[in-house]
Amino acid sequence: MNSVVASAVTPHGYLQAQARWSPLEIAFWLAAFLPFVLFPTYLSLANQIAITALFALSLDLILGYAGIVSLGHAAFFGIGAYAAGIFSKYVWGEPITGLVFAGLCAGLVGFATSFIVARFKHLTLIMMTLGIGFLVHEIANAAHWLTGGSDGLQGVRLWPIFNYFNFDLWGYTAYSYALAVLFIVFVLSRRLINSPFGLALRGIRENSTRMPAIGADSRAHIRKIYTISTAIAGLAGGLLAQTTETVSLGSIDFQRSADVVVMLVLGGAGHLYGGILGAIIFMVARDQFSGINPQFWYFPMGVLLVAVVMFLPGGILGGLARLTARFRKNPS
Amino acid sequence: MRKALLGAVGLTAALLVATAANAQNTIKIGLIMAYSGQFADTAAQIDNGIKLYMKQKGDTVAGKKIELIRKDTGGPNPDVAKRLAQELVVRDKVDILSGFTLTPEALAASDVSAEAKKFMVIMNAATSIIVTKSDFSARTSVTLPMIGNTAGTWAAKNGIKKAYTMVSDFGPGHDAERAFQAAFKAGGGEIVGSVRMPLANPDFSAFVQRAKDLNPESIFVFVPGGAQPAALGKAFAERGVDPNKVKIIGTGEVVDETALKSMGAASVGIVTAWHYDYNLDNKLNKEFVKAFNAEFKRNPDFFSVGGYDGMHLIYEALKKTGGKTDGAALIAASKGMKWDSPRGPMSIDPATRDVVQTVYIRRVQKVGDGFRNVVFDKFENVKDPTHGAKK
Repeated sequence: MNSVVASAVTPHGYLQAQARWSPLEIAFWLAAFLPFVLFPTYLSLANQIAITALFALSLDLILGYAGIVSLGHAAFFGIGAYAAGIFSKYVWGEPITGLVFAGLCAGLVGFATSFIVARFKHLTLIMMTLGIGFLVHEIANAAHWLTGGSDGLQGVRLWPIFNYFNFDLWGYTAYSYALAVLFIVFVLSRRLINSPFGLALRGIRENSTRMPAIGADSRAHIRKIYTISTAIAGLAGGLLAQTTETVSLGSIDFQRSADVVVMLVLGGAGHLYGGILGAIIFMVARDQFSGINPQFWYFPMGVLLVAVVMFLPGGILGGLARLTARFRKNPS
Repeated sequence: MRKALLGAVGLTAALLVATAANAQNTIKIGLIMAYSGQFADTAAQIDNGIKLYMKQKGDTVAGKKIELIRKDTGGPNPDVAKRLAQELVVRDKVDILSGFTLTPEALAASDVSAEAKKFMVIMNAATSIIVTKSDFSARTSVTLPMIGNTAGTWAAKNGIKKAYTMVSDFGPGHDAERAFQAAFKAGGGEIVGSVRMPLANPDFSAFVQRAKDLNPESIFVFVPGGAQPAALGKAFAERGVDPNKVKIIGTGEVVDETALKSMGAASVGIVTAWHYDYNLDNKLNKEFVKAFNAEFKRNPDFFSVGGYDGMHLIYEALKKTGGKTDGAALIAASKGMKWDSPRGPMSIDPATRDVVQTVYIRRVQKVGDGFRNVVFDKFENVKDPTHGAKK
């Protein structure tokens, strides 16, 4: 998609150019602090947006970059959520170790399933991820003694972060915490995507049979990125469990898997910022629409989705990228 | 923990100042329910109860206007419910949290009620422990131990010796099963077996067949309201379990209006314990059903009466405090409050803040060209037995 960039530069030069922080990106991250000042009463929403953005980012890594369409990604979000919740209940309530534990658990299950995922493509792959999602959901439902089943996990209690910052009612701590995690993971993902490994992933997305011919093992790459992605999804789930101090089957169900795909499509897959932007638009729109009409708010959401897919096929970011590309060609 | 408390107190103080400055003449009530998704009809019926109450009694109490703010959780989503509760408190500056169709959501929002010291009225969610989560919450619906216990006591008293229990595998189901078995055994009965059925889309025929093979004298059933009661009733009919030979005892959801319509003649003879039915024969209920039908073109159900009585509790508590809205004053005003509801006399237990009410024993009979629950026995002032057991 960035074929506009002159092909004469060296691969290293290309990657370095990609890795440079643009002023727009810096402005974006500075803007992430605005809610503290401008909308202090929306911080708990901002927190859930940051968490959802992290989840969308994890999906973007596999869907946008490696071309793996997953309809069961909530399984790993849920594993992270339950892991963090159960950790705080039975081990201790320290949030950061709990979060790392959540990421590890989800990454471990992700690694185990990556062997299956790497073998399949297209419709089979989608069905496979869907199946994994249902399996994990059913296990969480059946293991009532551990997860609380349909009643949700009770008794999740968190200590203050660094033993100082309390999770307050307004959401100051929650949002700062989620934003910090989002930013760290984002920087790491950005580094990853702009490495030769990231380039290989894009190669797999475009033509996975040709990649082994130039010495890049597609399956090994897919296993790696899938494991990384599931671990990040687990972190997002862990954050939700910790900041709301509750975990339910809703964190693991198909609706969540579907919603995150919608967000990514809205924002634009394969842009890193696509998922984040999609999460912001989706969550804010949902909050506003459901505030206007609590019963039928899915209707305007549907209209929005149809409109974006029809008129901006690459998502909002894809559309913007095309516009700027055209502008650069004829700067008149 | 101390820091948490200090923080909460400081925050609440700030909130109270903000609320006092903001809302001189209105009282805001935040309603958190699953208005969309598979439980949407439950929320709609509760909302109808609320609307009817406000239409009948006006929208001003103690000189202040009541304003409702409705928020949708979209199904069992405790994380959303908690966020909405936080937002209602910090952004919309509500004085009272209410609604709560589903147990997990009520539990999650209870944290907010406890931290912000907001009066919380639970209009439906029926798991026992909810009211223990916040000292500022009260319930106007029902709890399942209350029903299961009454059903067990009634069965043992009425010469039934052996029972088999079938419940849905989640909190309320476990509550119902435990309560029925405990009361039934205490009355001298014997439990010959029990089964917990999955909550989501179960196929009842296998479970019913197993129960039939055991040939118990009676079967106690609990499934959540909605589509399941009718499916269960059909399974009983198909497998040839005749309610006249094997006594089927259940909770009210099993034989609600829509379930009876789809079960038809197969439902005759089912005995249930429940706290409300639109056919209840008292003056208040007749007026209530008439007004409800005039307004919404359908019959009220136990959800509606939960919403109606929830509003009554809020109105009366506000009258008692003279419009003061702090959580401590409102919950103090609610404790021990007694009133006559369409469901009969009811009150709020001063010790547990849970509902105390009459539980009716009804049998399904053919009345005219339809099937109805006909009351033939009742237990007055029933409390949730599990709260008592803890003390």
